[in-house]
Amino acid sequence: MSKIHVTTVVNGDEVEFLADPRETLLDCLRDHLGLTGSKEGCGTGDCGACSVTVDGVLISSCLMLGVEAQGKKIETIEGMANGEELHPLQRKFIEHAALQCGFCTPGILVAAKALLEKNPDPTETEVRYWLAGNLCRCTGYDKIIRAVMDAASEMRGAA
Amino acid sequence: MDFHTPSSFEDASKLAAEATGLTRFLAGGTDVLVQMRSGTVLPDNLIDLKHIPGAQDITRTPDGGWRIGIAVSGARLGDHAELVADWPGVVEGMELVGSTQVQGRATLVGNLCNGSPAADSVPGLVAAQASVEITGLTGVRTVPVEDIPAGPGKTTLQPGDVISGILLPPRGENGGDAYQRFTPRTEMDIAVAGCAISLRVDGDTITEARVAVGAVAPTVRLVPDAADALIGSTLDDAAIDALVVAVRAACNPIDDKRGTAEFRTDVAGVLAKRVAQIAYGRAKGEAQ
Ligand SMILES: Cc1cc2nc3c(=O)[nH]c(=O)nc-3n(C[C@H](O)[C@H](O)[C@H](O)COP(=O)(O)OP(=O)(O)OC[C@H]3O[C@@H](n4cnc5c(N)ncnc54)[C@H](O)[C@@H]3O)c2cc1C
Ligand code: FES
Ligand code: FES
Repeated sequence: MSKIHVTTVVNGDEVEFLADPRETLLDCLRDHLGLTGSKEGCGTGDCGACSVTVDGVLISSCLMLGVEAQGKKIETIEGMANGEELHPLQRKFIEHAALQCGFCTPGILVAAKALLEKNPDPTETEVRYWLAGNLCRCTGYDKIIRAVMDAASEMRGAA
Repeated sequence: MDFHTPSSFEDASKLAAEATGLTRFLAGGTDVLVQMRSGTVLPDNLIDLKHIPGAQDITRTPDGGWRIGIAVSGARLGDHAELVADWPGVVEGMELVGSTQVQGRATLVGNLCNGSPAADSVPGLVAAQASVEITGLTGVRTVPVEDIPAGPGKTTLQPGDVISGILLPPRGENGGDAYQRFTPRTEMDIAVAGCAISLRVDGDTITEARVAVGAVAPTVRLVPDAADALIGSTLDDAAIDALVVAVRAACNPIDDKRGTAEFRTDVAGVLAKRVAQIAYGRAKGEAQ
């Protein structure tokens, strides 16, 4: 089986890798590009720990093949902070203690960021529905929702 | 596994027909990748259809209907205000599929061709009298959506057949459609029963109707008796009772951990009643 050469843009940088066509985008990010922030909780689209955006659309990177990334623009958790400066969502997650083990956190941050770009002023219900595909075994979700609402409010104030 | 990216449906059809071993088309991949991961389907050939011109487009047809490209995701469908205004029931069915992340990839065609009896977008398409354009070895033909599912995981598509577009008829005046399903959890669950209805009114009287049920038989089913119960009525109690009886009579569900056959049959009737009321309200232009 021949590997396929893939060129794509990840967090603003052009990168290339050789992918076995059966490898998922998540496999390629983690194993070929060393970007291990995106996690594999299930590998079957159920948990959201592998969330990234592709051309601005939120997806589960375990449900896309690496070879499908050719020519796309991908954003992962690694691109969220601006150098040492955390994104407001990241800061609010720390302030609200919206994580325990942290395994779900990268996916939830990426998903929440995608929500706030589409809808800067979501209701709590909208946040809960948007994040319904992001599972967390630790926090009970409440602090996550509060952190997202608080970050949204701060970001609206700053804008 | 070989990965193909044909640039026309004719090439995709030829590739599929000539390929040896197991072949799958790739639209959003939200079924295919899960099956690859679990090992239930390990394709030798994967034919990605997303690069074919038109695959990503939603366009008005000359008759006032719609042509939906095979790679249009649920998220893009939901963002299309004009399409949502015409066919809210079709769109709400698709939007129930999976999470936000799944919505970013999953397509109507994939939902249909995966052949699940519980596929959430299929009852809405059937009620709307949607059809699919199929590009096959002998040319292009158009087939009603209800003729595609053949049983759990099975379709009537032949080797070399690839769906090249979904066609929705013109909505026309005073029409409305809706879909609802029952799931034990609010989100991220598979339908235990589902029902879609599309209808048209003249004043208060229903003049046309199509009723489809999901997850209560080996395939999504069109229920003509249920439509007959609505046509000519003003959705009065007698019509609703007759609708519920006809829908339940069409149910032939399985018993499983998510719902007994008896429960699924009962719920299908309840959903039919609610969905009829929503579709009727939409047809009359009442905000819903
Ligand atoms: C976490 C999760 C939750 C889900 N929740 C739901 C749910 O609530 N309701 C529901 O109904 N489904 C659900 N699904 C299933 C799945 O998302 C849907 O069935 C989806 O619509 C499939 O579309 P796709 O484009 O991803 O299909 P793909 O995986 O790309 O393809 C599915 C099948 O269709 C065939 N196919 C694709 N395109 C064509 C074509 N043009 N011509 C012929 N054959 C073709 C493929 O060969 C394959 O067999 C869920 C899946 C996941 C992972
Ligand atoms: S690892 Fe992708 S959704 Fe769970
Ligand atoms: S913090 Fe542990 S899974 Fe969410």
